Amino acid sequence: MPEGIITVAYLAASILFILSLGGLSKQETARRGNLYGIAGMVIAILATISLIRDGSGFLWLIPVVGIGGAVGWVVAKRVEMTAMPELVAILNSFVGLAAVLVGIASSFEAGQFSGSALVIHEIEIILGVLIGAYTFTGSVIAFGKLRGLIGSKPSMLPLRHQLNLGMLSACGVLGAGIVMAEPASQVTLLTAIALIAGLLGVNMIMAIGGADMPVVVSMLNSYSGWAAAAAGFILANDLLIITGALVGSSGAILSYIMCRGMNRSFVSVIAGGFGVAEGTVVASGKSGVEAQEFSHEEVAAALKNSSSVVIVPGYGMAAAQAQYVVREITETLAKLGTKVRFAIHPVAGRLPGHMNVLLAEASVPYDIVMEMEEINGDFVETNLVLVIGANDIVNPDALSDATSPIYGMPVLEVWKSERVVALKRSMATGYSGVENPLYFRDNTRMLFGDAKESLTKVAAALN
Amino acid sequence: MIIGVPREVHAEERRVALVPDAVVKLQELGFKVLVESGAGARACFPDELYREAGAELVDEPSVIWEHSDWIVKVREPQRHPKLRKQETGLLREGQILTALLAPGQNPNLLKKLARQKVTALALEAVPRISRAQSMDVLSSMANISGYRAVIEGAHHFGRFFIGQITAAGKIPPAKVLVIGAGVAGLSAIGTAQHLGAIVRAFDTRPAVRDEVRSMGAEFLELDLAEDGTGAGGYAKEMSAEFIKAEMALFAEQAKEVDMIVTTAAIPGKKAPTLITEAMVQSMKPGSVIVDLAAASGGNCELTEPGKVTEAHDVTIVGSTDGPSQLATQASQLFSNNLFKLIKHLGEAEAFKLNLEDEITRSVTVTHKGEILWPPPAPKAKPKPAEPLVSPPEPVVPQSVAPSIFNGKVVIGFVAVLAVLVGWGGSSTFLSHLTVFVLACFVGYMVVWNVTPALHTPLMSVTNAISGIIVIGGMVHLGGNQPWLAALAVLIATVNIVGGFLITHRMLGMFRK
Repeated sequence: MPEGIITVAYLAASILFILSLGGLSKQETARRGNLYGIAGMVIAILATISLIRDGSGFLWLIPVVGIGGAVGWVVAKRVEMTAMPELVAILNSFVGLAAVLVGIASSFEAGQFSGSALVIHEIEIILGVLIGAYTFTGSVIAFGKLRGLIGSKPSMLPLRHQLNLGMLSACGVLGAGIVMAEPASQVTLLTAIALIAGLLGVNMIMAIGGADMPVVVSMLNSYSGWAAAAAGFILANDLLIITGALVGSSGAILSYIMCRGMNRSFVSVIAGGFGVAEGTVVASGKSGVEAQEFSHEEVAAALKNSSSVVIVPGYGMAAAQAQYVVREITETLAKLGTKVRFAIHPVAGRLPGHMNVLLAEASVPYDIVMEMEEINGDFVETNLVLVIGANDIVNPDALSDATSPIYGMPVLEVWKSERVVALKRSMATGYSGVENPLYFRDNTRMLFGDAKESLTKVAAALN
Repeated sequence: MIIGVPREVHAEERRVALVPDAVVKLQELGFKVLVESGAGARACFPDELYREAGAELVDEPSVIWEHSDWIVKVREPQRHPKLRKQETGLLREGQILTALLAPGQNPNLLKKLARQKVTALALEAVPRISRAQSMDVLSSMANISGYRAVIEGAHHFGRFFIGQITAAGKIPPAKVLVIGAGVAGLSAIGTAQHLGAIVRAFDTRPAVRDEVRSMGAEFLELDLAEDGTGAGGYAKEMSAEFIKAEMALFAEQAKEVDMIVTTAAIPGKKAPTLITEAMVQSMKPGSVIVDLAAASGGNCELTEPGKVTEAHDVTIVGSTDGPSQLATQASQLFSNNLFKLIKHLGEAEAFKLNLEDEITRSVTVTHKGEILWPPPAPKAKPKPAEPLVSPPEPVVPQSVAPSIFNGKVVIGFVAVLAVLVGWGGSSTFLSHLTVFVLACFVGYMVVWNVTPALHTPLMSVTNAISGIIVIGGMVHLGGNQPWLAALAVLIATVNIVGGFLITHRMLGMFRK
């Protein structure tokens, strides 16, 4: 196939990818956006197949694509919506690993370059491997944390920042070595860079607490894009560059939005190792005040007597898979004429938009699912707010207590309503480790236990 | 020091300035109390109760005025029907007079009192600061007026307030519009709400919006942005443009609502006309207007103060004595406020006005021959009238996240880097760089407006798309390291298929 056709095909694919991301910005066009993405991918792959001149290439391609496709299919069909954060994290790691492999594979074939072009090519390879390896291990650690395989508490090595800088400069030195060295020793040095960058990823993500995972996941998503773009530079392939840049900047924007949602600095996110405010551990300041409890029947009665109810879901709802019974309660209340709405904090759950997906899974119509800015003003006229397994995102201290580690983070102002019922497993603190004075307020009642079990009983009492 | 409580002489006035409870407490402070017999009778506080409380009862009104050092009354001095002379004529030099004197509306009265060297304390002039809230007679009376306005309006309104569904058919709830959401307005809103009506409210001060909403009423708003908050948390006069917009709103509402309660008064001025005859005409037959501003001229063109009239099939209540209708409780509240004020002003022994004190200075309108009205401006901005919910001060989150695109250092660094790259880079590399930078901006533009609900699908679709790295693996399949390339293709394929499929699955779940 002539070169020109391939270029045109790649251009078409690039445009389709841009349309795909654009389509994803609205509910109405989202499905079409996904189809554009698929079309772009198919065109890109078909065009690339024509580049494989060697017959042995096909021998590899067919089984490998078959296996990969099958694995992807099964994973996508089987995965629980509550496990979306883990899935996104592990898929990010794949892109990172692929970038490393592409980089190393390219280093064997640098023959056609010479002079400054060779230097630039080598630098591209180094960057590709570096970012790829970092993304790979970082995503694996994030996956482990989200899955619960690794403790979600931030674990920080002493002199962490110095260590990270040291590793980064080691990569720099090795990189310089690659540029100087004979091609024969390059692969060894490149592998060393990959290993060190991998360690860097581990160290950085390990130091981040569980509550900051929405930011971490979108940040790693962004890195996976940069890794793909680096691979594009290595291969002098515009399609890869464009796609990588699209994904990279979209991930960066998402993490920026998440940062704003948590009032954290973007720079400190990129540097890694944020998650707990240094040194400020707030002791329980409300000693002597007992949280007041409600029984399931009392919660049901309170729901029945309210004309306006807002439900605030948090990670607890996802963890307990309570979204279906929440939907059931919503429907029962709607039949009684109660106005029920959902309030979603931008960083509720462990993935941006996670709660929306869970509620959609349970067939909650999206027009009663509100964002924080939309609903914060309405709490004043709300009779009852049901907080399901959310903690830091409804903490009044974030607005009023300047010493609180989460001070300045925008939160859902549920305490302004007439009554708050908070479902919680225990009185333990949230991921940020901060006491929540909401639970001790006069108008707050607690319902302890697993969210799904508790709500099932409430639903039974409602009927 | 002797405090005297004369019987009110105004024909419609049923309240009494001090109730027996306060008499007891005043004696504890060292005051002696003289009460004219029958003073509390119309508020259901018979003479025996005062006697039991330790007051000395006096039959002759002139004796009270003569023997007391301090006269406390509800209404300003009037012509005394029995003595056939003005009450002001009964005052003497150095005597203290405390009543609702309406100092803004009665400049002649102030002049007269000053000439007589009477120390006059106007209860309206209690400043609107939290410290003085317990002495604020206006607020406690306004609260009663608001309640009474709705009850009286409901009495003249020949229909249900609450909506009902009965076997014989459906009764729609009444719609009530309350204009002015001060203490009286809020009280009217609450009362109408409790009777089951649909309540809307309007006020020129946006600060009261949340209070209105907290009472369960709808807050009507104009598109214009003008703040009608005047000194002391009361309303001020508005611009012509604002008034035009507001009148249009009232005209539109008048056609819809069944009852209008107006409470718009500006201290010391005639009440603004808000409901014109045309609006009254446009109201449904049987509707009711209760005009709480009747005493200062009325908010409705057709209001006759103190009277209930009917025009264009609409009943118009020119309410002037709402608190008097609930005389017992009105007197209790009045008396409590008054007692707190007396207690604040000083002890019975060695009583001396401390004009340095903000509250004392504010209520004193004449002293030693001088007119001290109006008081100096309050020191601090007062709170809007009695916040019913006290919202914690919202802290505006600072946007700490610095944009990547600003900061001189960053720009300088990028510029230097760009020059270096341009110097040394090959033309192919530079064209790739161009594509890369442009694509970053395209991504930024495209993704910036994504609705938060779609963040997760967006991430999974970008995951799938970044599987494009598969083509990097594919071009190396024919190379000398097919193993590495094949592995890359394998995992990238997982990404592509998995990512698109899961996105498809997710998007399929969103429904309206």
